[in-house]
Amino acid sequence: MPRGRPDGFGADADDRGSPILHVDMDAFYVSVEVRRRPGLAGKLVIVGGAGPRGVVSSASYEARAYGVRSAMPGARARRLCPDAIFLPPDFSEYTAASRAVMRIFREVTPLVEPLSLDEAFLDVSGAQRLLGRPAGIAELIRRRVRDEQRLPCSVGVAPTKFMAKLASTRAKPDGLVVVPVDRVLDYLHPLPVDALWGVGERSAEALHRLGLRTVGDLARAPSGMIRSALGEAAATQLHELAWGRDPRSVVPEHVEKSIGAETTFDVDVDDLAVIRRTMLVLAGKAAGRLRQAGQVGRTVSIKVRLSDFRTLNRSRTLGTPTDVTKEIFETAWSLYEILRPGDRIRLVGVRIEGLLDAGRAPRQLALGGRERGWAEAERAADAAIARFGAAAVRPASLLGPAGQLRGADWTGAPGPWDAAPEDPTGENTDT
Amino acid sequence: MKFRVERDALADAVAWTAKSLPSRPSVPVLAGVLLRVSGGRLTVSGFDYEVSSQVSTEVQSDADGAALVSGRLLAEITKALPAKPVDVAAVGSHLELVCGSARFTLPTMPVEDYPTLPEMPATAGTVDAGVFAAAVSQVAVAAGRDDTLPLLTGVRVELEGALMTLLATDRYRLAIKELPWHPETPDASLQALVPAKILADTAKTLGPLGGDVTVALARGGIGEGMIGFVGGARRTTSRLLDGDFPKVRNLLPDHHNAQARMPVATLVEVVRRVALVAERTTPIRLSFSEDGLVVEAGGSEDARASEAMEAGYEGEPMQVAFNPGYLLDGLAALDGPTAVLSLTDPRKPAVLAPAGEDGEIEAGYRYLIMPIRIGS
Repeated sequence: MPRGRPDGFGADADDRGSPILHVDMDAFYVSVEVRRRPGLAGKLVIVGGAGPRGVVSSASYEARAYGVRSAMPGARARRLCPDAIFLPPDFSEYTAASRAVMRIFREVTPLVEPLSLDEAFLDVSGAQRLLGRPAGIAELIRRRVRDEQRLPCSVGVAPTKFMAKLASTRAKPDGLVVVPVDRVLDYLHPLPVDALWGVGERSAEALHRLGLRTVGDLARAPSGMIRSALGEAAATQLHELAWGRDPRSVVPEHVEKSIGAETTFDVDVDDLAVIRRTMLVLAGKAAGRLRQAGQVGRTVSIKVRLSDFRTLNRSRTLGTPTDVTKEIFETAWSLYEILRPGDRIRLVGVRIEGLLDAGRAPRQLALGGRERGWAEAERAADAAIARFGAAAVRPASLLGPAGQLRGADWTGAPGPWDAAPEDPTGENTDT
Repeated sequence: MKFRVERDALADAVAWTAKSLPSRPSVPVLAGVLLRVSGGRLTVSGFDYEVSSQVSTEVQSDADGAALVSGRLLAEITKALPAKPVDVAAVGSHLELVCGSARFTLPTMPVEDYPTLPEMPATAGTVDAGVFAAAVSQVAVAAGRDDTLPLLTGVRVELEGALMTLLATDRYRLAIKELPWHPETPDASLQALVPAKILADTAKTLGPLGGDVTVALARGGIGEGMIGFVGGARRTTSRLLDGDFPKVRNLLPDHHNAQARMPVATLVEVVRRVALVAERTTPIRLSFSEDGLVVEAGGSEDARASEAMEAGYEGEPMQVAFNPGYLLDGLAALDGPTAVLSLTDPRKPAVLAPAGEDGEIEAGYRYLIMPIRIGS
């Protein structure tokens, strides 16, 4: 077991005031692929990014050495790393692996807040009596995930969520970083300003113009200077973070705010039939994920990006929450028909918001509706797909002449809607 | 064209015709109302190719003629005029309107561009205006408002001998009303699917006029695909909706396992109050037992409310949940002091029927509501 780090933030550091863990799987999708094909270990592996407009979902550390990053266009990744092996994403496999890993976390503490498939915050304050100190618990988690799931992960141990997340970043790959409560500022202040939550490219530029390059610079800067550059709200928040203050607690059972899917077309399209079929595929994907998560949603929204990159969004709230592909598709399609962009389309997406637990969600029954309707038919189809693969069951309009899938890629890579930084759920982003 | 008319008569006529005008007309003339004076009568017409409405009134006319002006503007002006005689005259390409000391000059549109209103189909029979208005309002409330299912935005009108039946459903509730009428031929058998909003507006206007409403409905020939209503000096036609209305009669349960009797006014009050904590689509729960009724809404994490009330109940205790809006619509449509709710199962349609003070169910009206399933 690695002890100590030259910087003094290793497993032997004082962890008594640092009960928050941020566990982050290393190159999660790639690691899952390597697990089932060990021959890929140590190779240049990229998940996603196939097709002219695909987006990289995850890259092995070997590929990252060439500059390949998540959410990068596949074409760029191929230029940077022409010898890489590109794999199509297999979300059902990643979801299953994620569930197994989260289960290990929950055996350590019930206070687990998953952020996405591959990362979670844990509060181990209460687990210490049983399992020992936070750094020991972090090592235990890393060992169990490695032994039981054959997957590498990195853990940050710190007094707050924000610091724990920063720490896990430095721990990568396959490492552990402990930030003692009295050394938070030693750790934080030398970091560049864009290490702070909420500092993107533009805020970073604004701060650089003021001569503020490190978090320490920002912490010591007069507050009026930051306010005028970034506004009142951001200035206050950044000032708190720059002094290592983050009052947020670990909230277990992170509930997805929305579930969706989108596709960027290989070539901009204006053929209604193609768009319609694609939306059916996307509605099916989104509904499948809803059902897998045991959720139903009340609002269906669509996103349409035109060839000139203008992006249009429309949404409609249903009378009764649903997880039924047919209902989601029909709503999405009627929204599209009202929108009628009259231009070539680069990207479409379908998303369901206002999620509720399916078990608890009331369901308005329909007159003359059969006891078993579309919802049950689709659950049966899910079971068949789980057993025989995605080609087993699908809507007839998605069958080609020889039973080939037409239109968009059924199991395709997540679109930028899933992976882009603006995605509030962070779903499917693999870092 | 030149005439003098009472302000109220003009305002009523214009308001009614202007109401059915399209807000975004496909051609500009359709935003107009046509005023035509001939032989001492003023006829005001509006038409949008779906619906036409026409009303006539006595005027003192100096010169016959016609003018086409913006319906919306004329309606707003006439509504705001003082209660005095109004002098109207077509002068060149304008319409001049003088009432008391107020004077308006409105641009006109070319009368010859205005489409001819459809002819009335053949008369099918007559119905008492007040009875018809009440019946339509009881049924139209259950019609769908979702234009993606146009079929369900209509009220099905069935005319069989001396019985008129009105039906409407939006898939979640269903209203059925039977009323007597006077067919032109005793063995008449006609059906039509009329846009609910138009039917409701028409019946509501014709009801207070009293007397009879003439229903005009053709089976082929002139006026095919159209229904007309005439009451007093008003006539309206509407295009019918296409498609086969679902066979909904067999949805009426043939038995019930439990039945509750409650004063309509009290139940409405209680449901309104408790529903304050229910969101638009979350249910209110009705728990019946021999102790009466408990109405509840809200979840474990949200705001909650409950209220108990007396109810005559026969059957095993049962909890059933409804969309509060659907329940209130049904209760408001009952034309009796007592509501009788017949239940078979918390997942099967519940039937609301009106009853007198004695609790005796009255025939003629039924309102079915599909419950909301709670839990899995």
